[in-house]
Amino acid sequence: MPPVVKRDEAVYWRSLEELANTDEFRTFVEDEFPNRTPDWNDPASRRRFLRVMGASVALAGASACTKQPKETIVPYVRQPEELIPGKPLFYATAMSVAGIATGVLVESHLGRPTKIEGNPEHPASLGATDAAMQASVLTLYDPDRSQNVTYDGNVNVWPGFVNALTTARDEAAHKKGAGFRILTGTVTSPTLAKQINDFLTAFPQAKWHQYDPCGRHSARAGAISAFGSPLNTIYRFDRADVIVSLDADFLCSTVPGNLRYTRDYSARRRAAAENSTVAPPRLYITENAPSVTGSMADHHFRLPAAGVAGFAAELARGGSNTVFKDLDAHRGAGIVIAGEHQAPQVHAIAHAINQMLGNTGKTVIYTDPIEANPVDEIASIGELVQDMRNGAVETLLIFGGNPVYDAPADLNFLDALKKVKLRAHLGLYSNETAAWCHWHVPEAHYLESWSDARAYNGTAGIVQPLIMPLYGGKSAHEMMNILLDQADQTAHETVRAYWETQHKGADFDDFWQISLHDGVVAGTEFPEKIPPTAKMPVASAPASAASGLEIVFRPDPSVGDGAMSNNAWLQEMPKPQNKMTWDNAVWISSKSADRYGVTTGDMVEIEVGGRRVEGPIWIMAGQADESLTVHFGYGRTRAGSVANGVGFDAYALRTTEALWQNTGASITRKSHGYKFATTQHTQTMEERDPFRAATFAEFHKNPQFARPEEKRVSNDTTLFPQWPYNQHKWGMSIDLNSCTGCHACTIACQAENNISVVGKEEVAKGRHMNWLRVDRYFQGPPEDPEIYFQPVPCMHCENALCELVCPVAATVHSAEGLNEMVYNRCVGTRYCSNNCPYKVRRFNFFLYADWDTQSLFGVRNPDVSVRSRGVMEKCSYCVQRINGAKIEAEKQDRPVKDGEIVTACQQACPAEAIVFGDLNDPNSRVAKLKRQQRDYGLLEELNTRPRTTYLARLNNPNPDLEKG
Amino acid sequence: MAQIFHRSSNSLAKVSIVAALLALGGTVWAAYEINAGTFITDVDVARDQPVPFSHKHHVGDDGIDCRYCHTSVETSSFAGLPPTETCMSCHSQIWANAELLEPVRASFRTGKSLEWTRVHDLPDFVYFNHSIHVNKGIGCSTCHGRIDRMPLTYKVNTLYMQWCVECHRNPARYVRPRDQVFNIAYEYPSNQLELGARLVHEYKIQSLTDCVTCHR
Repeated sequence: MPPVVKRDEAVYWRSLEELANTDEFRTFVEDEFPNRTPDWNDPASRRRFLRVMGASVALAGASACTKQPKETIVPYVRQPEELIPGKPLFYATAMSVAGIATGVLVESHLGRPTKIEGNPEHPASLGATDAAMQASVLTLYDPDRSQNVTYDGNVNVWPGFVNALTTARDEAAHKKGAGFRILTGTVTSPTLAKQINDFLTAFPQAKWHQYDPCGRHSARAGAISAFGSPLNTIYRFDRADVIVSLDADFLCSTVPGNLRYTRDYSARRRAAAENSTVAPPRLYITENAPSVTGSMADHHFRLPAAGVAGFAAELARGGSNTVFKDLDAHRGAGIVIAGEHQAPQVHAIAHAINQMLGNTGKTVIYTDPIEANPVDEIASIGELVQDMRNGAVETLLIFGGNPVYDAPADLNFLDALKKVKLRAHLGLYSNETAAWCHWHVPEAHYLESWSDARAYNGTAGIVQPLIMPLYGGKSAHEMMNILLDQADQTAHETVRAYWETQHKGADFDDFWQISLHDGVVAGTEFPEKIPPTAKMPVASAPASAASGLEIVFRPDPSVGDGAMSNNAWLQEMPKPQNKMTWDNAVWISSKSADRYGVTTGDMVEIEVGGRRVEGPIWIMAGQADESLTVHFGYGRTRAGSVANGVGFDAYALRTTEALWQNTGASITRKSHGYKFATTQHTQTMEERDPFRAATFAEFHKNPQFARPEEKRVSNDTTLFPQWPYNQHKWGMSIDLNSCTGCHACTIACQAENNISVVGKEEVAKGRHMNWLRVDRYFQGPPEDPEIYFQPVPCMHCENALCELVCPVAATVHSAEGLNEMVYNRCVGTRYCSNNCPYKVRRFNFFLYADWDTQSLFGVRNPDVSVRSRGVMEKCSYCVQRINGAKIEAEKQDRPVKDGEIVTACQQACPAEAIVFGDLNDPNSRVAKLKRQQRDYGLLEELNTRPRTTYLARLNNPNPDLEKG
Repeated sequence: MAQIFHRSSNSLAKVSIVAALLALGGTVWAAYEINAGTFITDVDVARDQPVPFSHKHHVGDDGIDCRYCHTSVETSSFAGLPPTETCMSCHSQIWANAELLEPVRASFRTGKSLEWTRVHDLPDFVYFNHSIHVNKGIGCSTCHGRIDRMPLTYKVNTLYMQWCVECHRNPARYVRPRDQVFNIAYEYPSNQLELGARLVHEYKIQSLTDCVTCHR
């Protein structure tokens, strides 16, 4: 076991540059608005400047007298009964990633979906969402989506495609379907599976292949090797006292059920912090690169990914292993979880240990596989490629995927594909694969289509459309209906017909309506299964670490496997670990960087197994030595105008034998000076103790650690009379002990508040617009630091410094203590931002909001102004939601109930770390949280009296390891 | 040394100073007048509509309640504009062949909406909610005037912020009993301030003048 680095005294730092205090870093942080070289679009002389100024002054007078342009009201011809203009409706549906569904509620304004919320009734969501779910509504309106059926790149029509496919099917019918192939992603949809199986029954020689680039290949193979069948594993973190994660990032969106897991795990941490009689859970993790889950861990062991198997084997041997002893002391209340990207062998070991320690059936539950047809997807696509190369495939239908881009590089998918006589692609985008297919059919977005899908525990949910397909998109169900010779049947009829066979009886209509309304089909959760005794894999010789530099492949923390690359919200979302936007990079530890003579910003050529790719180096604090991490989802060529040419393509290095990690990589420095756009230095508060953490033991000894005496300012330290807050007194509490740093809040805020995207160049200048940033702090030695996250919205100070300096009263205080921002008064002096100690104000240096692209108007929240150039903006505590709830309460002549107002960030948060409410109500949740001893305010010694305060983070290290 | 300027220059200088001040004042006054005038505000100006709909006829002569057409005025921010179906509920029977109503029938036939011109058009950064005003005893006619006397619809108030705030600062002057909200011919009683103060207390009306009440 590697040595554990002892927790250092509380020194928090945000980047290696800050730790080293480089000149570049000083220059950047000492300027409020860095890089403020004039942004002229063209060279301007003094004379030209005066001319423009003169004209502006003259025209400014005239522009004050403009009339409002004529506007029309367009009422319905026949108004739907339940629809009230001005009031949104919510519909339950489900979003699937790699086939596995999470329930959502979608807000619809006059038939226009604008915002995704979690479905509280759905077991995988419980009301929470992740960043990708929040951003999926932007994909719906993406103007780059494919809009036409095409044949050989020319616009064609749907009936033309139906004819072509029918002909191909009829030809294949003579050969019982030989040469006819369908390629899908992982399918959990019972309806689609039934359709495909019906087709395969009629055409027994036809074949169905499945491939998802970042699917659960290892988990399935691991279960087969342990139990002989691909059982599905569900973890009960609400019951776990000790958790050992073998490179499993279970709080992150790559793991099915992660939102539920985050909810359960955070609830345990919170309970322990609030009640000293509750034992806090302890999380050990071994990983090669810092992850979201790693930031929550009480102990992390930095190992190359190849070392995890050895770590697992050592754990399985038990004995005097400290981690094992901890697990052993909590039999039936421990979890060993293997990473989605670890070898099947590691999964098998985890299953065996869980069984050995009696965790099975208590904290680790097994069910039947949730996939309709669980297959080894790598073998499946391998077989397809082999057959294509041999000329055995005449017709290939590709549903939704992008194998030309993301299939393992050693398969040479494209070369094989070119040998197929008829190739058809159904996809949201005319992507890399569509370019090489004869036919391309635009796919309906999940918000436009009927379907069904299963969640991590088997619960089925109906996917229902919120809007007619914007571009005439079709779903896989409609494609299958052509093959089943029922092309007239709609996807709605197909899905409904399937469930009619599942729920026979006169009450089907009620069942159907209830299932649609709730977003879950009652009683479809898979029952628990008692697994056979797990076979412990034969201990193979520990992988020799001497085989050179390791390279590890992972889905990107923001854009995932690449399917959502063209989503600008996700591109501009700072990746949790390094706050990088609009790029992927080659992560390397500082020690390895020294050894290989590279530094951040160097372009290097990575070579592994004869395959080469060029990418920029990023020195990542907490990265294991001799281990590179690269992320998928970039280097797209036909993704759309947002993602084309952004980053490098890591799939080009991936092979079937080494899906997630490979050894023997080498890097060669090519050039220097690659510019990243990160937000890790912007809006920094420097050494002012913004983050506070302790161990549970320290907390019990000194409950006041978060708010020591010298940081307190008495309430009457002011020259001004105290402002009475008679009605409401809004406040927010953010629990740093629960927050995992997943950034769902950031994107939820962006969707709710019409926040613009600015692009890479502007982010690099420190001009990103997200109202809610998540600060990331390192603590301890740079080779193995603790990582902490701190969401920072506007503090809504009672003594707000911004309000004092605005010359036009554009930012003022409300009677309820909100720090208001009045866009139509703002003249853009930026004094407020200069004076804000928290750096939460964002300025529209340019016209960042897109006022031209019609399709993007659809995504906007009609209850929030779209800001123009030259205007300051910032978090408003979702004042539109406050006003809405207040109006409803007033109309019913009752006070606003606690919990009635939920801010967008709070609603999205899977960890329930954010709580908003009325501080004047002593029984409100937020008031109770603020009375906790862990409560502290940022920079409260300045007497700003922030309304947003934090609950300090608590860790639960193992005393046995701390001593070592 | 000889005087450069003639004596009369003194008078000229004085006059020009006064003239300059007057010109400046005049410009400001003119700008203010133009801004408050109907050219900018459209107060009392009837807009062109696809059908010359008469509130005078429907409300004044026929006595149809506001809520028959503006169905969501008590529940939503938007008062609601009637779908064509609502028009046709009567006009499939009466004036069923009137040439004037052809656009309505065409809309019903083709499923294409009528496009009405907004008469009361707030700037996009203002968020007004009908339901809360109606529920707190602000009558339709307080803002919209005697709509029952308008053959073609026009607005009677500027909808300037100054006008909104006048009531928001002192709602007692304009509030009326809830059961009189839809009484278009309601007259404020002589003891309005007294009655208003009582209603403000009874209906728990707040004087909301925070910016975020309307701007967000």
